[in-house]
Amino acid sequence: MPGILEDKDRIFTNLYGLHDPMLAGARQRGAWNATADILSMGRDWVITQVKNSGLRGRGGAGFGTGLKWSFMPKVVGERPHYLVVNADESEPGTCKDREILRHDPHLFIEGCLIASFAMQANTCYVYIRGEYVREREVLEAAVAEARRERLIGPGNIHGWDFELHVTHGAGAYICGEETALLESLEGKKGLPRLKPPFPAGSGLYGCPTTVNNVESIAVVGEIIRRGSAWFASFGRPNNTGTKLFCVSGHVERPCNVEEAMSIPLRQLLEDHCGGVRGGWNNLKAVIPGGSSVAMIPAEQCQDVLMDFDALRDLKSGLGTAAVIVMDKSTDLIRAIARIAYFYKHESCGQCTPCREGTGWMWRVMERMAAGQAEMHEIDMLLDVASQIEGHTICALGDAAAWPIQGLFRHFRHEVEDRISSYRSGKPHVQGATLLAAE
Amino acid sequence: MSVRRLSREQPASFAFSEATQADIQFWLGKFPTNRRQSAVIPILWRVQKQEGWVSEPALRATAELLGMAYIRVLEVATFYTMFNLEPVGRTLIQVCGTTPCALRGAGEVMDVCRSKIGPKNQLSPDGLFTWQEVECLGACVNAPMAQINDYYFEDLTAASMAQIIDDFAAGRDPQPGPYIDRANSAPVGGPITLTEPSLFDGSRARKVELPNRVQPEPAA
Amino acid sequence: MPKAKVNGVEVEFEAGMSVLQVAELAGEEIPRFCYHERLSIPGNCRMCLVEVKPGPPKPQASCALPASDNQEITTNSPMVKKAREGVMEFLLINHPLDCPICDQGGECDLQDQATGYGRDDSRYALNKRAVEEKQMGPTVKTIMTRCIHCTRCVRFMAEIAGQQEVGLLNRGEDAEISTYLETAVSSELSGNINDLCPVGALTHRPWAYNYRPWELKKVEGVDVHDALGSNVVFQVRGAEVMRVLPRINDAVNEEWLSDKSRYAIDGLMRRRLDRPYVRRGGKLQEASWAEAFEAVAAKLGDSSPDRVGVIAGDLQDAESMKAALDLFGGAGVPNLDCRQDGAQIGGGPREAHLFNTTVLGLEEADAILLVGTNPRLESPVLNTRIRKAWFLNNARVGLIGEAADLTYPVEHLGETHRAFEEAAGWGHPFAEALRGARRPAIIVGGGALARPDGGALVRAAAQAAQAFDVVREGWNGWNVLHTAASRVGGLDMGFLPRGGGMGAKAMMGAAGQGGLDVLFLMGADELDTRAIGPDTFVIYMGTHGDAGASRADVILPGAAYTEKPGTWVNTEGRVQFASRAVFPKGEAREDWAILRALSERLGATLPYDSIGALREKLISDHPAFGQVDYVPTGRPLDLSLVGLDGTPSDEPLRSPVTNFYMTNPIARASLTMADCSAVRVQAPVPMAAE
Repeated sequence: MPGILEDKDRIFTNLYGLHDPMLAGARQRGAWNATADILSMGRDWVITQVKNSGLRGRGGAGFGTGLKWSFMPKVVGERPHYLVVNADESEPGTCKDREILRHDPHLFIEGCLIASFAMQANTCYVYIRGEYVREREVLEAAVAEARRERLIGPGNIHGWDFELHVTHGAGAYICGEETALLESLEGKKGLPRLKPPFPAGSGLYGCPTTVNNVESIAVVGEIIRRGSAWFASFGRPNNTGTKLFCVSGHVERPCNVEEAMSIPLRQLLEDHCGGVRGGWNNLKAVIPGGSSVAMIPAEQCQDVLMDFDALRDLKSGLGTAAVIVMDKSTDLIRAIARIAYFYKHESCGQCTPCREGTGWMWRVMERMAAGQAEMHEIDMLLDVASQIEGHTICALGDAAAWPIQGLFRHFRHEVEDRISSYRSGKPHVQGATLLAAE
Repeated sequence: MSVRRLSREQPASFAFSEATQADIQFWLGKFPTNRRQSAVIPILWRVQKQEGWVSEPALRATAELLGMAYIRVLEVATFYTMFNLEPVGRTLIQVCGTTPCALRGAGEVMDVCRSKIGPKNQLSPDGLFTWQEVECLGACVNAPMAQINDYYFEDLTAASMAQIIDDFAAGRDPQPGPYIDRANSAPVGGPITLTEPSLFDGSRARKVELPNRVQPEPAA
Repeated sequence: MPKAKVNGVEVEFEAGMSVLQVAELAGEEIPRFCYHERLSIPGNCRMCLVEVKPGPPKPQASCALPASDNQEITTNSPMVKKAREGVMEFLLINHPLDCPICDQGGECDLQDQATGYGRDDSRYALNKRAVEEKQMGPTVKTIMTRCIHCTRCVRFMAEIAGQQEVGLLNRGEDAEISTYLETAVSSELSGNINDLCPVGALTHRPWAYNYRPWELKKVEGVDVHDALGSNVVFQVRGAEVMRVLPRINDAVNEEWLSDKSRYAIDGLMRRRLDRPYVRRGGKLQEASWAEAFEAVAAKLGDSSPDRVGVIAGDLQDAESMKAALDLFGGAGVPNLDCRQDGAQIGGGPREAHLFNTTVLGLEEADAILLVGTNPRLESPVLNTRIRKAWFLNNARVGLIGEAADLTYPVEHLGETHRAFEEAAGWGHPFAEALRGARRPAIIVGGGALARPDGGALVRAAAQAAQAFDVVREGWNGWNVLHTAASRVGGLDMGFLPRGGGMGAKAMMGAAGQGGLDVLFLMGADELDTRAIGPDTFVIYMGTHGDAGASRADVILPGAAYTEKPGTWVNTEGRVQFASRAVFPKGEAREDWAILRALSERLGATLPYDSIGALREKLISDHPAFGQVDYVPTGRPLDLSLVGLDGTPSDEPLRSPVTNFYMTNPIARASLTMADCSAVRVQAPVPMAAE
């Protein structure tokens, strides 16, 4: 058996889209099973189950999902409650929500119903990134189907009036930040809001709102059906559950796979992805959680477990569990320069450090990738990164700084070599195809 | 990204087509009646579907439809990069250039585009193609990939990209999806997980008894 | 009261204050760019970062963070210093080093704060960003490369001016401020965004490259372009007022100023009457003061007082009106009027012609009925208060008169006085709102007052006010919005027809038919002077070659509002003093001094020979003038005494102001106002493609 999770414990059984994603197939695979029973247990019970399962948000920050739900007002006042699902999956390396939306939409819709019930929301908006056209079409069809079968909608068979609306963005990574998403959902530019107030107090249209990732919502039904203890039995304490991993880059067979949390990175790559291209010893570094986290070098990849705490201890992070593997042929400096370009491109421009700093960092990274930079610019770049990190409204500033800090933490010598060889008339041209556009 | 500006050449007018109007009603129906502005992104997207791009008269028409100030719609149109503010080719190829795709050869895919279509962000001389380098499209395990018009063409190589461009040029209809032997995001060579038959034989559709049932609280 | 420690010093603060405010309370300066007391808080410049305990181990934006009890705020730690230096560096890397040619130089927040909080060197060796220039109309000069994206201009336009015309386009480092397709900003308050801009991105176009702020002498004054009496500061170099900026007075104009009040001052240097003229052989010819007085005295000496008329114009200071009142009233002239527009108000209790809620109090109103007024054109700054009442209190605003975009939702009840009856009916939604309001207000404007049936219309409005209980214990919601700066002062001193004398309209009618021998116009130009018959001898005392001067037989050159110390009473009855910023042009003299000299020539010497003595007389005769910068609130008023008997006509009510930029001789002489008028009134730029 590859990996450590058995097939019977996988939640997303149609991950690869080999089966019918629509209602008939979904029911066959266990969706919409005992949903009414779940709701009949009451919202406190539901939230308790989610809390007990140890589910941490799958969107990157890893905040406890049950805890987040419990921040919503206990009583619905004048303002309605909203559940907003963040399907603006744009973190480089990440492509898991896409599979849920197009291959297991009913599991997801069911999760939306349960979560909305738990938070006393009668309306849920699903904000899908604009580029996911096919995914949106499938989800819309599934929503229509669920509405037709009176699984959701007013007067549905579950007894909780519930509307689910699918809407979309139009090409802005920043809208994956929860408050920027709310702004976008209100028909404005996706500029992150100041917090406080937090969405649970004042979110969409100024009403109490919870924003959750697609995966966090989609697993809820199965967690409750099988019991929080079942979910909590995978992974290490505080890092429990199963998780979709997206492995891209230099592995033999890149793929998405649902695995247990805390699976060793090496096992993940070797069991599911055919190992690193050219063998384990050809590994140079891994970005373990999407472009926003710091890379870890091969020697740290040997034993590291794929979970929140283990990666945090390495000053990296699990993020969205998007594993970007880079073998020894990789020009790491160009790879990070391209990520720096990404953040410059996606900065909303609202607050100063990110607006001005991301462009500065990218330009310096480009000079370093070509070797043209001065040696002292390395420390300057790190200082600039530290001036962005923690000084911005949202986390995009941090996310722009961390990959660069990670590069220099482990591969500073490569940059220094690059600069020295350029000076000695041996410019380095490897990886020129990674040149970013402007 | 450079500064996005409205095209210098603009049509004299814009009108929502009947199909677009039906779509607009569908989208407006999703939001509270006093929150029509929420539909601005979907409606600008419908406009782009109708015209191929978003023109200045269309911005005004959208603003008037939603009761928004013109400047607010312009802000939205310039902020979100999926809105084409200038006409694009009938086939719009958006190649993902971000690191995960770049690691697996997005550069070569873009070279093909450059040689077969021309410089990026420009309408090809025959008016059929525009190609762009875009940021992560969220299909990283199928890298390198490109979004062509609405759909994702995945696991591309220089050869398959060239073939796709030729097919579009010849008026054929190449299919989206992976261009190597794999199913969606499953590993090449077929899935090695999710092979257990009991997952799909209907045994899971049997009504389950919820664990952890304690005294249920009174129904809300 | 909760307490917090700022750098170890304990301060008490009111709950709800932000960390920034608490730090300021403790005397700490917090640098900021985007934060502005009167605008919403975006927290985007990140300059006001401070360290807060308890809290996350990173600096917090103090402008947006609510202060809490027992908080420890640190503004001088190494972390804060580094954060400020970092933000400052980011702001400067793409900011051009063109301070020597930048109009903001010397009063630039970026310059000042860079000195105070920035690094002493630059580490950025790459190319700086250049941003394309944007057109924003005749009042706003843009050099957008300097923009630091604080969005104060965007917020001001959307929140205060109520016109969503400016936005931040694009994103990331390409973000740029623009109007829609670079159309001109159409707001009458556009100049304020130049004040608000913390850098030199938006500067005052009319004054571009004209001065350096440190070379200007600052003189406090009062604006006369509308009846609000905005507090201003005249900034002077030599003999010229180089610019007018708002002076903060929360009770009047907060810190805003309309474009006319601000930019019409170039009109003070054009078309000026700088020496006396006497008409000889049908032509106005230059004359000496002695010759001019000779001609005036001869004519007045020949005329019976009841065939002499005196009309005071809209910009007149109280002192000159008092001098005229004493001179002509003392001589038995019954035909006196300070209402050249023929407004039928005054003569009754003082509260009947005042804006009784006060401008500040209007913010508390929760239902406001506008009658025959377009406050946006008649006093744009006052209009922002109505907008504020709508925004903060959800005040409902109803309008009887011409429908107009007032920048907030208005329920249009009708065009004629009949709307009173219709609205008064039970069940009308706005009437219900007015009836149920805690703080109802009614604002009557020139569109109702300045008509032949004005008195009857005022009566109708007063009856409605009575019906809706607008004047009640502790609250007087009866408001008259005047359009002339001189008006309330004139009414307060009784510059009105006496003993059966003629009002302004009647005088003009009489002058057209030989019924007046002498017409003395004190800066009165909003009259159809062409209708004055050849037998009437017209004396014009004023500043500009406008309607009055063109028909005058003798011109006595007076002083404009910047050129004399003066007293003005605003529409709420607030008495305000202004100082002289520059001397009158050429041989021109202060108006009261001209009248004083004339009185001597006429042998009826006025009993004061200094402005101080004149003011003493003014105050002793009319005690209201003694209460400087004070307005009574909630004073009772018997509404049944307001207005005149009669039947109002069915003529629709229209605002007296049709072209905001052309309401007085100074504005009509101003090139900037002509530009504004051309762009915003006569030919609003179509919102079409470039």
